[in-house]
Amino acid sequence: MLTFENVTKIYSGSKKAVNNLNLQIEKGEFICFIGPSGCGKTTSMKMVNRLIEPTEGRILIDGKDIMKQNRVQMRREIGYVIQQIGLFPHMTISENITLVPKLLQWSKEKRRERAAELIKLVNLPEEYLDRYPQELSGGQQQRIGVLRALASNPPLILMDEPFGALDPITRDGLQEEFKDLQKRLGKTIVFVTHDMDEAIKLADRIVIMKDGEIVQVDTPDEILRNPANEFVESFIGKERLIQTKPDVTTVGQIMNKIPATVHKEETLSTAIQRMKEKRVDSLLVIGDDQTLEGYIDVEDIEENRKKSTLVGEIYETELYKVKEDSLIRDTIQKMLRRHTKYVPVVDEQNRLKGIVTRATLADLVYDSIWGDEDDN
Amino acid sequence: MDALIQFFQEQGSTLALKTWEHLYISLIAVLLGILVAVPVGILLTRINRAADTVIRIVSIIQTFPSLAILAFFIPILGVGKVPAIVALFFYSMLPILRNTYIGIKNTDRNLLEAGRGMGMTNTQLIFSVELPLAIPIIMAGVRVSTVYLIGWATLASFVGAGGLGDFIFDGLNLYQPELILAGAIPSTILALLADFILGKVEKKLTPTTKSTHYETA
Repeated sequence: MLTFENVTKIYSGSKKAVNNLNLQIEKGEFICFIGPSGCGKTTSMKMVNRLIEPTEGRILIDGKDIMKQNRVQMRREIGYVIQQIGLFPHMTISENITLVPKLLQWSKEKRRERAAELIKLVNLPEEYLDRYPQELSGGQQQRIGVLRALASNPPLILMDEPFGALDPITRDGLQEEFKDLQKRLGKTIVFVTHDMDEAIKLADRIVIMKDGEIVQVDTPDEILRNPANEFVESFIGKERLIQTKPDVTTVGQIMNKIPATVHKEETLSTAIQRMKEKRVDSLLVIGDDQTLEGYIDVEDIEENRKKSTLVGEIYETELYKVKEDSLIRDTIQKMLRRHTKYVPVVDEQNRLKGIVTRATLADLVYDSIWGDEDDN
Repeated sequence: MDALIQFFQEQGSTLALKTWEHLYISLIAVLLGILVAVPVGILLTRINRAADTVIRIVSIIQTFPSLAILAFFIPILGVGKVPAIVALFFYSMLPILRNTYIGIKNTDRNLLEAGRGMGMTNTQLIFSVELPLAIPIIMAGVRVSTVYLIGWATLASFVGAGGLGDFIFDGLNLYQPELILAGAIPSTILALLADFILGKVEKKLTPTTKSTHYETA
């Protein structure tokens, strides 16, 4: 859909604003460019519709070099939304929305029809079409700004921090609305932002830039899980990394690796002694080769100590267990729902690897609440 | 009162003629001013480097004593209405040129970027965005020019262009204050009237930014 090939932009005399950018964007993808100011994210985006012309390299849309096309014509085929909304104050909402169709010389009726059709997409009443931009709230205005970019149904839309000037609540609502709209319409979006939350929420892939170069391109999950370097980590923010820990941390990372166990061939008295040593009220029962067989708790021993002598005769096999690579957030949910106190962790061969207890979770919650203060 | 009636009986037709001449000279000069200064003003916004120099030159012209300018054109253009109109035209330039330049220059850059990014050509940007939004500022320049020019046009009488200045200079030469008034009062009224009418025109030309339905709602 959109390809950057060794694209470099040098502003007269100064250093490279964008240095050798290579990127391939697929149709229907939502791409967020993010980075500190001056990292070249906006420059990269504006080169796509030639508001800024690349110094070197090629940008291809559907395989066609943009430099070889008529600039004005090409821009009419790309949606464009800017941060300051940029609705024309002397045009009605309808005229604003259908500006590009007008440039493309659609008939008046067709334009009006299109405007009415579009305004329904963002749940604004049709009467608004005859109002002027200043009569709408900021959030409503930016909805119109987005519609204006959609008017001629372009496959590609460029957005330059479109929600940056809105208050947080409006922004949040609009982000969700827009993400939903994008999925429904299957548009390819290039979206510039400096807000990591926004990027994580919206993007299919995030392009992190610094000093005119790409630092990392990946899905939000992957970037949170495996930041490419310290810059990305600091850019994501420590706070967010801790916050998102439950999201991407696996059970394997936080489990207690030495659970209290007893072999099924051992005697009940050994078991009760071990419970006393470890100060626990139940033990995981393992077979040969560390395979998890079940568990035994103090009540089982109490009830059966006269009848049996071996753990293997009385242990319970009904046991909820998880794999090492399960996400901690799912595990927490299940533990809380089942009211279990712990979950054993096993590998593919059902060998016991560790245990997650409620105490482990307390540690995790403690980290995310107090973790920052510990560093100070 | 009698004197006034008598004056009108004697000079009524002359007054009408002089008023017409006066209006004619000033309006032609303003019109020429608009025709030249507005396009030049727009052009200057496109060639930033020249803007300062051009505006400075026009400002300097503005400081020339008007009488001197009128006299200056006699050897070139002779006497009569033409040198008067040309001289006044120069005076009309500055306010219109400067206001056009500032008005267009002050267009919200975001609007320009949005327009350009959506595929508007330069001409489309000028005519459907920049010019409509700059109308109030340009019109303010036109109004100032017109009012000044109607005042200065009395001096055109010096180069034989006619107009209400004839009354004033006759009055000065003949020591007849009523003739001075006969020139001064109509010229003042003309200036006020022109300003009023141009105010209406400005309102008409300024694009709406509010729906009437919303105001009453």
